[in-house]
Amino acid sequence: MVAHLLRLKLALLRNGLRRSPWQLVGMAFAGLYALGLVGTLVVVLVLLRTADVELAHTAIVLGGAAAVLGWAIIPVVASATDMTLDPARFTTFAIPMRQMLAGLALAGLVGIPGLATLLVALATVVTWSRGFLPAVAALAGALLGVLTCVVAAKVVTTATASVAASRRFKDVSAVAFMVPLVLMGPIVAGVGRGISASAEFLPEFARTLSWTPLGAPWALAGDLAAGRPGPAALKLLVSLATLGVLAWCWKMLLQRALVTPPYSGGGKRKGGRLGLLGVLPATPTGAVMARSLTYWLRDPRYSGSLVVIPLLPVLLVFQGAQTGDYASLAMLAPLSAFILAWSISADVSYDNTAFALHVATGVRGVADRLGRALACCAFALPVVLVFAVGHSALTGDWSALPGQLGLSLGVLFTGLGLSSVVSARYTVAVPLPGDSPFKKPPGNVGQTLAVQFGGLLVLFILVLPQAALLVAGLVTGDPLFGWINLAGGTALGLALFVLGVRLGGKWLEARGPELLAQVGVNR
Amino acid sequence: MAWGYSGIMTAPQPGPPLSAGAGHAGSDTSSAAVPALSIRGLAKRFGNKIAVDGISLDVPAGSFYGIVGPNGAGKTTTLSMATGLLRPDFGTALVHGVDVWARPLEAKKLMGILPDGVRLFDRLTGEQLITYAGLLRGMDKDVVASRVGELLAAMDLTQDAGTLVVDYSAGMTKKIALASALIHAPRLLVLDEPFEAVDPVSAANIRSILDSYVASGGTVIVSSHVMDLVQRMCDHVAVVAGGRLLAAGTVDEVRGGASLEDRFVQLVGGRSHTEGLEWLRTF
Repeated sequence: MVAHLLRLKLALLRNGLRRSPWQLVGMAFAGLYALGLVGTLVVVLVLLRTADVELAHTAIVLGGAAAVLGWAIIPVVASATDMTLDPARFTTFAIPMRQMLAGLALAGLVGIPGLATLLVALATVVTWSRGFLPAVAALAGALLGVLTCVVAAKVVTTATASVAASRRFKDVSAVAFMVPLVLMGPIVAGVGRGISASAEFLPEFARTLSWTPLGAPWALAGDLAAGRPGPAALKLLVSLATLGVLAWCWKMLLQRALVTPPYSGGGKRKGGRLGLLGVLPATPTGAVMARSLTYWLRDPRYSGSLVVIPLLPVLLVFQGAQTGDYASLAMLAPLSAFILAWSISADVSYDNTAFALHVATGVRGVADRLGRALACCAFALPVVLVFAVGHSALTGDWSALPGQLGLSLGVLFTGLGLSSVVSARYTVAVPLPGDSPFKKPPGNVGQTLAVQFGGLLVLFILVLPQAALLVAGLVTGDPLFGWINLAGGTALGLALFVLGVRLGGKWLEARGPELLAQVGVNR
Repeated sequence: MAWGYSGIMTAPQPGPPLSAGAGHAGSDTSSAAVPALSIRGLAKRFGNKIAVDGISLDVPAGSFYGIVGPNGAGKTTTLSMATGLLRPDFGTALVHGVDVWARPLEAKKLMGILPDGVRLFDRLTGEQLITYAGLLRGMDKDVVASRVGELLAAMDLTQDAGTLVVDYSAGMTKKIALASALIHAPRLLVLDEPFEAVDPVSAANIRSILDSYVASGGTVIVSSHVMDLVQRMCDHVAVVAGGRLLAAGTVDEVRGGASLEDRFVQLVGGRSHTEGLEWLRTF
């Protein structure tokens, strides 16, 4: 059974790659990146063989603990949850729990992150090949550690998957989860700075960690090499107990998840409330705008990115507080203009096959494009204005406002125009409707990357004149450049916006069915 | 032409009383009867698989037309190509004389479409979804509002009008999609598997809606693999299998005295003998 599950995982991986060559490209990129990382770490570990015992011990324990923590957190955070072997799909097969757990755990190692972790962990055996016992302990520790990584990841993903059962809860939690995710940088930076500020603190920290589930498996060999068999034995117990408890938790969670399939609740509710559809003009454009705005509020895939916006100033202020230089706050308005404008570049991909309604009703392409762009504009414009004015109010430098505003509005309108073209022509891999924004999207990663980077490059070129004006204003200190930027940038942005909506509309009308076929591939 | 599908238009089919409906495209009937849907040599290939291999068919205006076929016969692909959702590799489709692929916006005004296997904008409430479909077609706000109320009542969804479509059951979802297809009072309704997962009471309601729609001059095309339903409900039927049209005509012509199901099995020839699977009786 374990072999079956492993074979299934491999078959799924192979078939996934066979679906499109782009998938292979994406995989190759990830593979190269991982190879570089693994290579570096293995070399470091081999070099550590000749290093001082305590130094090697500290490095390995800290690195190993970080790996366990990463495995536990990243799958949920980085939308990388691997659902290819979703336990719920095995409900009807009556697989004995024990074998299923073993199979799923081992299958979790198949794939780039798993193999990379395993290889690096096994390299610690080289580090500790200073004697027979330490080498054996390193091997045991590496295997225990990697297993802990995989099982911890499974526990966390299963827990978050089954806790978040109802649709409403899922929606809310997915959006709420964005907050710590966005603030991860400051959090990690704060912790990291605290640690690096006191170098002598590290060995102490590693010693403490080595008694915790995170560090115990990685400390076995080091303790033996340093001639501390007693602690090593105790830490072996700690790691075995950790693995056991984690496996038990996973089993419990899985058992519950298997018999409680997600229930999407919500009682009956009578109509009579059309919401935005009743408020906005009753034209095709107005309807598309109302529908898009409703989705920005109701669909966690959209509202997730909406939550990021108010956190941006927090991030930039934090950064300013660290360096004492608040210059990066000037980025706030253009940056949020860019993020919001670019967020509709995958609109049709987000629609998935629901886009069939637009094709079937024969709505004009321009109405479709304009409605979506206006919906985004409806909150992006106030946000950008508030951020730009707020920046000047904070710094007290009102002479910079026209230039700021010009660049921000230029980026916003240009971005909306470009997004209207991009989403009418290309589809990208996004989470399916109803899926968590953290779920790994199906579809080819390669094309997604190509579209995203290509689009960003074009956007960068289009706003280059305004950026040049801003720089000129900064260098010369002449406020005239700012006013030129405000007038010219806004005008250029609006012109590109109109152009983008028109061109996107034309393409959408011409290629609606092809676009529908493309999004239909991932459904 | 690579697949030689043109053969189906000229070569007589073995069994069926009326081969591909090309026969009455202007010969026996006058210009007064422009077919509601007229497709000619529609073909589509996905990769190496030929999904639809040259289908020609006339659906007379005012008919209740059933399209039957086994799974994977090409029903959905054909209907998608006929309604402008999927671009055909070859062939044309005319809706009341309007070319779907040359003048799509005009043709789509005449059609109400219920596609199978596509998502809906399911974060809207049922009421919002129908309204959205009406407004997308550029209809007047008040007309939309009054029709939405009637459609919800007809589909027995008034109690759930304010519930998000994502929380609907499969049958309710089907009904709300059907209501969205009806809102603009189309002359031709193309419904792909409209009764799947719909409860018997609602199905009966929908049937009577469709019956009176046809009685007042509208045309309905339904695809299904429930033969009984098609035999009772439709006046015309086309049998499709393997991407080809095997028979088309009035229901009585096609079934030729036998039941539609028997005739269908005979035409498709897929009935596997009931021997084998002995182990299934041994437990």
